[in-house]
Amino acid sequence: MNRILIACLLWLPLSAHAALNVFACEPEWGALAREIGGSSVRVYTATTAMQDPHRIEARPSLIAQMRRADLVVCSGADLEAGWLPVLLREAGNARVQPGRPGYFEAARFVALLEKPATLDRAQGDVHAAGNPHIHTDPRRIARVGAALAARMAEIDPAGAADYQAQWRVFSARWDAALLRWQVRAAPLRNLPVVVQHKSFSYLLDWLGMVEVATLEPKPGVEPSVAHLARIAAQLQTTPARVVLRAAYQSPRPADWLAQRSGIPALALPYTVGGNARAGDLFGLFDDTLDQLLKGAP
Amino acid sequence: MLRPALLAAALTAAFPAFGNAELDALRAELRDMKATYETRIQALEARLKQAEIQTAGTAIKAETSSQAAAPAPSGFNPDISLILQGRYAHLDDIGHRHISGFLPAGHDHGAPRGFSLDHTELVMAASVDPYFRGYFNLALLDEEVEIEEAWFQTTSLGHGLSAKGGRFLSALGYQNEQHPHAWDFADNSLMYRALFGEAYGNDGVQLKWVAPTELFMEFGAEAGRGANFPGTDRNRNGAGSTTLFGHLGGDVGISHSWRAGVSYLQAKASERDGELDDLNDVEAETLFTGTSKTWVADFVWKWAPDGNAAERNFKFAAEYFRRNESGSLLCEDNTGDGGACDGTEDAYRSRQSGFYAQGVYQFMPRWRTGYRYDRLNPGTVDFGANSAFLPMTDTKPTRHSLMLDYAPSEFSRLRLQYSKDKSMESVAENQWFVQYVHSLGAHGAHRF
Repeated sequence: MNRILIACLLWLPLSAHAALNVFACEPEWGALAREIGGSSVRVYTATTAMQDPHRIEARPSLIAQMRRADLVVCSGADLEAGWLPVLLREAGNARVQPGRPGYFEAARFVALLEKPATLDRAQGDVHAAGNPHIHTDPRRIARVGAALAARMAEIDPAGAADYQAQWRVFSARWDAALLRWQVRAAPLRNLPVVVQHKSFSYLLDWLGMVEVATLEPKPGVEPSVAHLARIAAQLQTTPARVVLRAAYQSPRPADWLAQRSGIPALALPYTVGGNARAGDLFGLFDDTLDQLLKGAP
Repeated sequence: MLRPALLAAALTAAFPAFGNAELDALRAELRDMKATYETRIQALEARLKQAEIQTAGTAIKAETSSQAAAPAPSGFNPDISLILQGRYAHLDDIGHRHISGFLPAGHDHGAPRGFSLDHTELVMAASVDPYFRGYFNLALLDEEVEIEEAWFQTTSLGHGLSAKGGRFLSALGYQNEQHPHAWDFADNSLMYRALFGEAYGNDGVQLKWVAPTELFMEFGAEAGRGANFPGTDRNRNGAGSTTLFGHLGGDVGISHSWRAGVSYLQAKASERDGELDDLNDVEAETLFTGTSKTWVADFVWKWAPDGNAAERNFKFAAEYFRRNESGSLLCEDNTGDGGACDGTEDAYRSRQSGFYAQGVYQFMPRWRTGYRYDRLNPGTVDFGANSAFLPMTDTKPTRHSLMLDYAPSEFSRLRLQYSKDKSMESVAENQWFVQYVHSLGAHGAHRF
């Protein structure tokens, strides 16, 4: 009897602090929330690195997860415009509606690149706020992380001390890794590259690489044969060293161009889980840099 | 942690010996970087140790003001979108289109031959305030403007609850809440045509609850005016129609997802107008007064490799209904036109059913193809004394449809469809449709 009582007492403090339910729209934010939250958060990641974050079905399973979320962490800047509003609307969860502390848009905490001067769909699926693929720059991840740690502390004051401690550890490790990556990536400065979609603008901005062409004729429009042929011709005069695509994108256009112009095509992990090595945020950039350095010696 | 030796190794690996002036400059730059970085790395290591030692204590610098930095993407303007739809239809010349064995449902715009404009839809939506969201959908046709939907929905009830009020499409079944531009085929399924004309909309209120479970579970109820087919406006207080619905859904692995549901609609009709050809083949007007009860079962299953629908995906949807109606039917006197009806009113009872099943496959980016099968069962219809004037049929209306569509972007779609339509007794019609659906303005989010 006593033993049971003791067991109960030991177990109570653990169950008294219910885990914070985090709904992460993309794997990078799921990984970041896990780094900050540790064991006191339950993170559900809505998409995988093999899925195009622009084009996700508002599946019933996502609505069910949204219903239970205490905090929704998404890229924002219209990246999830095709599915997130449906989830927010259907789930009946007041805590995570836009404007509440439970709704966290990463893009609001960093400066965005490629803000369109004019908004016209003739320019493709342009995002009014700017390019939403901010997580390909680790400096911006750090900025989002600081805001996310503060937000998690705000929502779950009981866990605030844990979040702060874990964020401090992560932040120090991240800053050290950032230096290491910047030193390693020095040879990549001014490297001319071709990208499939504008998914890597922030990575290029960070490392000082130069985008000479995009395989998609307009953002969100599938590459056509005619457009690829034009790029192949363009590369004759302004050569590029590598073609970059995200793991979730079709390999066909990048491979075709790579074969045609004799430069390597790299499938970068793009986000956490994009390949076996990109198991966490550190692995994501380790693998990205390894591939770039190997692909463009 | 990074060590100078490691760094040096990394640098030599990164720079094979090229005797290049530019590279020499880079090396010098890197040496400088290395020197400054080493001190910074040491500082960072110290910081890391300190952070690891420190567990709890000081408060986190609250960045709660961050939300104020939020940009207002569209000012205070609502999201506005406009749907342009039109088609070319190659059809037989049939004067009075109907579905054999079924009383015609209202709100059917018929099927013009040749070129025509479908509904042009104007949609506006926005948050009203922190507590409500508003939505408005206007369908425009020549000399006809129809408010398809105009409702508010709560956003702040929490606990999985949301309430909706105004005019809205009922959440019964699967296809019902979809506007025509979101349909996978150029025309409506026979089932929905027979049940509601287009879809069941209502002026009323809806309460919905989503369960806090991993399996998606949604339950809801609606009460409304019930003015639309199968009910009618009755000039009464209280609710003319009630709806109950429940949906379950989830994922199977990473590539499959599904949703299934059951719904029930009860509506009261008072002198509901219907046009039928009587036994003398003369158009007769019938008036139904009574109760209509409809059960709908729906199932949707979607597949996409790795859950990535951008390249290839498949969607299967099927719905089945049973409808029982009981009350009285008056067949207005049309003997003057040579008709059979003499104005008799007598008991009327019907039990009818039907279904559709469709599959749509995106076999490469931009291109989809699909097949739909419609089948209805007129079941048992008891006209009472009016069976002396009105025809009975045991023809089961069926239709096969095949479509191919091409979407240059998310915002435009062109569609070609062929249907073999046997929904009218002793008619087998070949139908061809070429359709376009374009959406301008705000990026609409589509439901599952």
